[in-house]
Amino acid sequence: MALLEINREECIGCGACVDVCPFGALKLIDDIATVNDQCTACGACLDVCPVEALKLPERPQAKEEGLEAYQGVWTWVEQFQGQASSISWEMLGQGRKLADQRKTTLTACLLGHQVEPIAKEAIFYGADRVFWVDDPTLAVYRTQPYANALVSLVRQYKPEIFLLGASSRGRDLAGSVATELYTGLTADCTGLEIDQQSNLLRQTRPAFGGNIMATIICPNYRPQMSTVRHRVFEMPTADKSRQGQIVAVSASMNEGQIASKVLEFITEQGEVNLADAKIIVSGGRGVGGQDGFGPIRELADVLGGAVGSSRAAVDAGWIPYAHQVGQTGRTVRPDLYIACGISGAVQHLAGMGTAKVIVAINKDPEAPIFTMANYGIVGDLFQIVPALTAQFRKKLHK
Amino acid sequence: MNIIVCIKQVPDTTEVKINPETGTLIREGVPSIVNPFDMYAIEEGLRLKEQFGGKVTVVSMGPPQAKEALKEAVAMGADEAVLLSDRAFAGSDTWATAYTLSQAIRKLGQFDVILCGKQAIDGDTGQVGPGIARQLGITQLTYVFKILKLDPQSRALVVERLLEEGREVVEAQLPALLTVVKDINQPRYPTFLGIRRATKLDIPVWGAADLPETDAGKLGLKGSPTQVVKVFSPPKREGTVVLIQAETVDEAAAALADRLLAEKVI
Amino acid sequence: MDLGLTEEHQMVRKMVREFAEKEIAPKIKELDRKHEYDRAILSKLGQQGILGICIPVRYGGAGMDYISLAIACEELERIDTSARVAMSVHVGLNSLSLLQWATEEQRLKYLVPQASGQKIATYGLTEPNAGSDVAGIQTTARKEGDHWILNGEKMWISLADVADNFLLIAWSDMEKKRKRDHSGMSAFIVERGFSGITTGSIHGKLGVRAGNTGSITLTECIVPEANLLGQEGEGFKIAMSALDGGRYTVAAGAVGLIQASLDASVRYANDRQSFGVAIGKHQLVQQMIAKMVARLDAGRLLVYQAGWLKNEGRRNTRETGLAKWVNCDAAFESANDAVEIHGAYGYSDEYDVERYLRNSRGAVIYEGSREIHQLMQASYALGYRQDKPLRCELPKYDPVEWQKES
Repeated sequence: MALLEINREECIGCGACVDVCPFGALKLIDDIATVNDQCTACGACLDVCPVEALKLPERPQAKEEGLEAYQGVWTWVEQFQGQASSISWEMLGQGRKLADQRKTTLTACLLGHQVEPIAKEAIFYGADRVFWVDDPTLAVYRTQPYANALVSLVRQYKPEIFLLGASSRGRDLAGSVATELYTGLTADCTGLEIDQQSNLLRQTRPAFGGNIMATIICPNYRPQMSTVRHRVFEMPTADKSRQGQIVAVSASMNEGQIASKVLEFITEQGEVNLADAKIIVSGGRGVGGQDGFGPIRELADVLGGAVGSSRAAVDAGWIPYAHQVGQTGRTVRPDLYIACGISGAVQHLAGMGTAKVIVAINKDPEAPIFTMANYGIVGDLFQIVPALTAQFRKKLHK
Repeated sequence: MNIIVCIKQVPDTTEVKINPETGTLIREGVPSIVNPFDMYAIEEGLRLKEQFGGKVTVVSMGPPQAKEALKEAVAMGADEAVLLSDRAFAGSDTWATAYTLSQAIRKLGQFDVILCGKQAIDGDTGQVGPGIARQLGITQLTYVFKILKLDPQSRALVVERLLEEGREVVEAQLPALLTVVKDINQPRYPTFLGIRRATKLDIPVWGAADLPETDAGKLGLKGSPTQVVKVFSPPKREGTVVLIQAETVDEAAAALADRLLAEKVI
Repeated sequence: MDLGLTEEHQMVRKMVREFAEKEIAPKIKELDRKHEYDRAILSKLGQQGILGICIPVRYGGAGMDYISLAIACEELERIDTSARVAMSVHVGLNSLSLLQWATEEQRLKYLVPQASGQKIATYGLTEPNAGSDVAGIQTTARKEGDHWILNGEKMWISLADVADNFLLIAWSDMEKKRKRDHSGMSAFIVERGFSGITTGSIHGKLGVRAGNTGSITLTECIVPEANLLGQEGEGFKIAMSALDGGRYTVAAGAVGLIQASLDASVRYANDRQSFGVAIGKHQLVQQMIAKMVARLDAGRLLVYQAGWLKNEGRRNTRETGLAKWVNCDAAFESANDAVEIHGAYGYSDEYDVERYLRNSRGAVIYEGSREIHQLMQASYALGYRQDKPLRCELPKYDPVEWQKES
């Protein structure tokens, strides 16, 4: 199935491609590179081949003419029960930077019912224009009316770039919209930048459980769509003096056409809000069991922080999934992250690597977490964590 | 009831290690597994079948060895399996993958429920489920962690979805596509009877030519809007760790507390 | 000749491995530490069909072959010996004996609930004063009307306090008992509910602390005539052929323990540094690892050879005994080396290898001590011993026959 073509005459068997292949798809057999089914046609090997013996099939140049008709950067403003979620402002913050680089405007799409104050907020956070779709069918998020509203806006106004927060709703919505529009969507980006030459959006995201990073472009389809995880980009500051245009748009569906209905929303008791926590104290395999989270919780309480965990501790059933930090859990960006008994597997590091200050407490001095940490103590967490709690209790007068 | 479960064979990313000397991935000996989230989808499909009767068909797109993943699903109790494997499918991004899977589902005929895992652990995109639903024009319900009600007569479906702020109860009509989260169930182990069925079952392999009315321009690398231009190792965090050492645990804790207070992060 | 496992075998391995890793591994350290027996593990093994893995479907089993039994034992002991011990007494010693010797009525009554895991079974031959010296057992059975009366004590019986059904060996001919003529022994299927049977647990064991081991006391225990297994006087042959089943599971389990020792050692040798390098770079550590690899492959081949003979319906007493002796020694040596590689950490229960070492020791003694097995192998080689055909042989594995519903 591999698409990579290897010119056996040209190949000199240097093995450069074997070393860079992130998927282990290349091997030297009889001193000639051979490819297997693990190949994903990512192209990592093409650049390193000194003799240009590797080739991937040409891609079609353009889906349609008139890509240049697509202009402007758009973001989706996610709101829940009349409150905009902070991820929406992060999108506007980054969207503003991209729009400025492209010397174009930034548009926010706000869907909901009776949420006009949010439209104004969007302008404060950087939007030049807000498409405001106000309709009872949009009061609560549902895929179908939300996706259809965005699809018709895109078809009419043709944005070049469209960013959505990679929240549950954002991922639900983006997949549907991009499919309908037949355009490229890069999920869970951790980096977005404009390529100086091509003016294309370079979208970087982790893959393989955070083991590798891939940069992705969407040259022939528009808009270039990305979802971005919470806290990847900084929250912009609101500027209440900013002016912008609020354009009211009518909804594209009526209730009779919508196949689903939200009956109820149950807000979780004692909800874990890792994404917004300024301080997170996390436990991993080293805590040894459910009870082991006791000292972790105490330290978090004293610091007014949240309790996180590694995947190992969640898999072992010591703590609910809602606490999981990492590639398959939450991405967090706290000011302080204290990792207790966490060895620091890549998939965990992928979820907390952007914390301002990282503290590692682990009895294994070789644990990878120490390479990430600003401060570390090698030793038994069951001695150190309670001692630290006591110190903070004293120093913070609690 | 006709239940379709879409699954993916993935490398067990938790077993992937980085060679500290070269910074590249060590892929040797990393086992291929059924994407863990898809295991919950298979289990939920089997439970629906046990409750309402019908048939569970598992579908996967991938290289020939992805048959192993399908066999595992059959060993758990799935009735039928189809592998989509063709050079023409290679290099598919999420758009082309969703298109190909939905073309295969169309060919399978009438269906009531499609189940997917919420995302695959290698790509982590979570986009293929919504993509299939949109391609087929059916309702999508993502992040489902409980099916509260399913009435085959009235075709009404009520599920609980797990969102950031809590749980949302949604009502919809069949047919629908559900992506499921980890908390929905505890997947069963394969049975001996199932293992025997799986090893004897002849799993059909469909290529592009087997999918009717399929636009070849929308398949594989050619049909994928996105292109990977660069693959690299994640950047290392700058700086080195300050190891706090002291005579006693209390002294070390005090020293660390002072440092953190000085950082003004508390 | 084909030495490869079938796809079916590979899927069996994967399933049992997953089962053991999810159901046993997370709690085994605590159970072992507290000397606690967890009946729930046995129930789950039953629900999963593992307790009847190689028993025909019409007798309530899963209908797999004898190699699958070995694979299951390997994978269970890779996590903990206690789970494999249950397989040895329940399947290897008891259920396979019923498959080999029982009448159709007995099979339906006892084998069916055992294979499906509803009833748990064990086997009692050893006594406080008789182990290797089988003719030295003191338990007696006397005929009274339409039943037998059993008296005596069995000891070191795995699952003694847990099992519902027991396969017990006793002297039924007092004259022959005096002459130590083992054609005077008979085998009996005894239920826990029969009057005159009590059981107790033994504490203070070196290893397998998460397993149950105990004693059985028979005081005028009344056993119906219909519960005589085989014919009167066939007890010794049944007892010995049962060991062909039991030793096979012990040998297979030992392979799992070697695998666990090797895996733990490789992981540790790659992680732990000394003198500036991973300890795996030190040649004497490499030597220990190389020996484990050799023991693992050789041991596995010995087990599969015995399993293949069983599948073919051929006598395998010598090959099974050889596998049991060699592998149990090898498992002990491997666990011992694994502790060495782990250094001081290996000596504490922070790592699993100290448990492997403690668990491996028992199997060197039971089901034929290593001394007895060496005598046996020498006797075969010197021509002092040969196996005569039995009235009932363990049936050859036939997939069609095994998978018939009735």
